Amino acid sequence: MLAFTLRRALQAIGVMIAVGVISFSMFRFAGDPVNQIVSLDTSAAEREAVRKSLGLDDPVPVQFARYFINAAQFKFGVSYQFRQPVANLLMERMPATLELAACATVLAMVFGILMGVYSALRRDTVLTKFFQAVSLIGISLPTFLIGILLIYLFSVTLGWLPSFGRGDVVRIGWWTTGLLTISGLKALIMPSITLGLFQMTLIMRLVRAEMLEVLRTDYIRFARARGLTTRAIHFGHALKNTLVPVITVAGLQFGSVIAFAIITETVFQWPGMGLLFVQAVQNVDIPIMAAYLLMVSLIFVTINLIVDILYTIVDPRLRSTISRPA
Amino acid sequence: MADAALPDIKPNTQTPRTGVGWLKRSLDSDVFYSFRRSRMTMVAAAITALFFLMALLASQLSVQNPFDPAQLQLMNSRISPLWTADGQSPFLLGTDEQGRDVFSAILYGLRVSLIVGVLGVVFAGTLGITLGLVAGYFGGAVDSLIMRIADVQLTFPAILIALLVNGVAKSVAGNRLDAMSTLAVLVIAIGLSFWVQYARTVRGSVMVEKNKDYVAAAQLIGLPAPKIMLRHVLPNTMGPILVIATINLALAIITEATLSFLGAGMPDTMPSLGTLIRIGNNYLFAGEWWIVAFPGIALAGLILSINLLGDWLRDALNPKLR
Repeated sequence: MLAFTLRRALQAIGVMIAVGVISFSMFRFAGDPVNQIVSLDTSAAEREAVRKSLGLDDPVPVQFARYFINAAQFKFGVSYQFRQPVANLLMERMPATLELAACATVLAMVFGILMGVYSALRRDTVLTKFFQAVSLIGISLPTFLIGILLIYLFSVTLGWLPSFGRGDVVRIGWWTTGLLTISGLKALIMPSITLGLFQMTLIMRLVRAEMLEVLRTDYIRFARARGLTTRAIHFGHALKNTLVPVITVAGLQFGSVIAFAIITETVFQWPGMGLLFVQAVQNVDIPIMAAYLLMVSLIFVTINLIVDILYTIVDPRLRSTISRPA
Repeated sequence: MADAALPDIKPNTQTPRTGVGWLKRSLDSDVFYSFRRSRMTMVAAAITALFFLMALLASQLSVQNPFDPAQLQLMNSRISPLWTADGQSPFLLGTDEQGRDVFSAILYGLRVSLIVGVLGVVFAGTLGITLGLVAGYFGGAVDSLIMRIADVQLTFPAILIALLVNGVAKSVAGNRLDAMSTLAVLVIAIGLSFWVQYARTVRGSVMVEKNKDYVAAAQLIGLPAPKIMLRHVLPNTMGPILVIATINLALAIITEATLSFLGAGMPDTMPSLGTLIRIGNNYLFAGEWWIVAFPGIALAGLILSINLLGDWLRDALNPKLR
């Protein structure tokens, strides 16, 4: 168990170093950082001075080490477009993205599980056909089209919900939240649905497949033979056993929810990290791109690691196969 | 009776592999049979073919070249679709702010979307198949290196990788890319985001195939490794690759549209469907819904029909599911 955890942790560190190298090469080699900072009429001597002050004339390994040490302390340099430290910009916008991603995931889990269970238990009803149609649409419609459709329906035509922004936010320490105000909650509805729809279809299909599988097993037949109520069998025995893979997938998907938030945030002009990143790509603001890559990878890798470890705790069968030497 | 039938069968089994024989064989195949059995698939195939045809004949079907400023007239701007009260002929689906016919714009945009999608899939496929063949055939350190990279890349969503490739390319080019090089960058970005699935599938099949007798025979007569891989092993792994390629075409088109929508894709001078949607989105609040709605419907229809084809192909080529 410990050996497994350590090996996974080492792997995670390896991935982070690889991402660090990519991020550093983007930072260093994609375009000349000096040109982005100085103006057109800066003299060659001044350029040289800037180059020296940034440490760009050191050997590359030294620069890489410095970049890495700085990145570990969340110092990612200064944004070309905002002239502010990238770390501050990211921190300022992180709560918005995390709140949106969390809401979308909760939404996707709740409705995905409900729809999945229903379509597994009542296989040929009209509602099941409808759910399956929804899931096909969820996979086939690009995220931004869903967002535009929602905006057209609920903002332009009906005027019920705001089409952009986060509404009023409350500041708690360095964290800003839109969950405590009416306008904040209203602003959250459409972006969460847009972001969560794909996840929801994924979870629905997974729950349905797992449920159908579990319902065929012997212990369910035994439970029926014992005369338990259908309700107890379906929800107490079957659903419980389908939830382990569902939670794993939902956990692993949380990282890609954050990445897909890029699209949702652009459609709804949601002031999160994703919008910052898209603007950075449009304006070739390399420090923000590099830092975003590092931050998102860190989130991915951490979640993957936690899910891997949790999995062995939740499922004892895995533990025994891992700790037993081959 | 059986004796009488024999002479008829004999020449049939010896039919040389002419073009007609090939056609006949595919019309008799299981795959074609399952195609005819599924009405949904036939509709999806027809719609997909229609989209490709529209893209191919864009310049013949359109009333104007929407990207030649000389052919646009501001007098014709903001006309609503033909069947509404303010509709004007020849503008079937209305016009946009600059007097551009929406239907013509969709035809040209469809062409760009399909070119990027198909080239992206071809590039991803070539890259993935090559790396998968090499990894599976040689094994060892090469294999673990390639598969490690694939594992790491798989944890990152394609759209993120595509955006990064795009940003870096722009930065290297000094933020000045013309339409054609943007198209090339998009193809590369899509290729680099989607190669993993091909590589994994091919590697898996190759590891099974390479222990079979025919590969040993080919090695024994001294064929070079690249030839064995391409001529002998690869054809036996094509089924799953075809399925992945079809589903990937839909994903590649979505990715291209998303990048263009985010402003990191095709420029306004040579728009794809995604660019058209981004432009149209600006007029949504002015009530000019048709500028965004029709490109959106075209994109959704295209992706849906390709996805349905991909689903069917996956089931048809996998006898276990039948």
